[in-house]
Amino acid sequence: MSEYLAVLIFIFVGAGMVLFTFFLARILRPHNPYPEKNVNYECAELPIGNSWIKFHNRYYIFALIFVIFDVEAVFLFPWAVAFGQVGLYALVEMVIFILILLFGLLYAWKKGVLKWA
Amino acid sequence: MGLIKKVPVYAEHVPGGGFVATQLESVLSHAQACSMWYLLFATACCAIELMCTGASRYDFDRLGMIFRPTPRQADLIIAAGTITKKMAPRLRRLYDQMAEPRYVIAMGGCTIRGGPFYYDSYAVEKGIDHIVPVDIYIPGCPPRPESLLEGCLHLQKKVKAQKLADWHEK
Ligand code: SF4
Repeated sequence: MSEYLAVLIFIFVGAGMVLFTFFLARILRPHNPYPEKNVNYECAELPIGNSWIKFHNRYYIFALIFVIFDVEAVFLFPWAVAFGQVGLYALVEMVIFILILLFGLLYAWKKGVLKWA
Repeated sequence: MGLIKKVPVYAEHVPGGGFVATQLESVLSHAQACSMWYLLFATACCAIELMCTGASRYDFDRLGMIFRPTPRQADLIIAAGTITKKMAPRLRRLYDQMAEPRYVIAMGGCTIRGGPFYYDSYAVEKGIDHIVPVDIYIPGCPPRPESLLEGCLHLQKKVKAQKLADWHEK
C-alpha cells in the first residue's frame, strides 16, 4: 500500500503546482479584455465564422486507415534494408503481414468507408 | 485582477514593509526584463538581420529573448521590415492581441519613417508610430545585429526602471 502513497503524493504535488501557477498568474497579470484582443488569432486576419466547427466524421476513419499503412511503411523500411541477410523466410513473413493489412483495407472498402459523401 | 499592485500599498503599514515593497518591484521588473519573448513579425529585409540575431552567432537567447509564433505568448513585438498600408491594420491587430504589459521595437528605417520608401511611395506607412506606440527605435537599413542587441538592452533598462503601477497600464 505504501508504494501507492508515493503515487498519491505525486498526484497532489502535480495538481498543486498547476493550481499554484494559476494562482500566481492571477495575482500578477493585468486584466484588461476588450473586443479586439479577444478575437481569435488567425495570423492577424479577422476570423471568418466560429472556430467551433464540426469535422466530418469520416475524417477519423480515413485517418485510422492511413495509420495502418503508416505503420506498415515503418516495418517495411528496416525489412527492405535487412532483406539481403534474412532471405526467403522474411519475404514470406512480410507478404503475410501485408495481406492481413490488405484484407483490412478491402473490408473497409466493401463497407463503403472510402466514399466521401 | 493585478492584486500584486496593492501589495506595496498595504506593505507600507507594516514595520519594515517598505523594504518588501521596493524589493518586490525590482524583482518583478528584473524577471520581466530578462524574459522578453518577442513575436515574430518580420515583413522585409530587416528580418534577415533579426534572424541572424536570433541564431547562434549573436545569440538572442542569452538576453532571455525567445521568439513566439503567437501574440498571446509575446511581450514584445519587433517590427522588422517595411510596413505597407495593407499591413498596418494587421500590425495593430497583433498588438491588440498581445497581453499587457507589451512593448514595441521599431527596427530599421522603414518602420521609423518609411526608410527608402519615404519619397515616391503611395503604399508604405511612413512610420509605425502612427499605428502602435513604439518604445525603442533602432535606425539603420538594415540595423546590424549589434544595434538590435543594443536596442534590446535599452528596452531592458526601460523595463527595469518602471514602477509596478505602470506595467499594468502599458
Ligand atoms: S529599413 Fe532597409 S533593410 Fe530594413 S526593411 Fe526597410 S529597406 Fe529593408
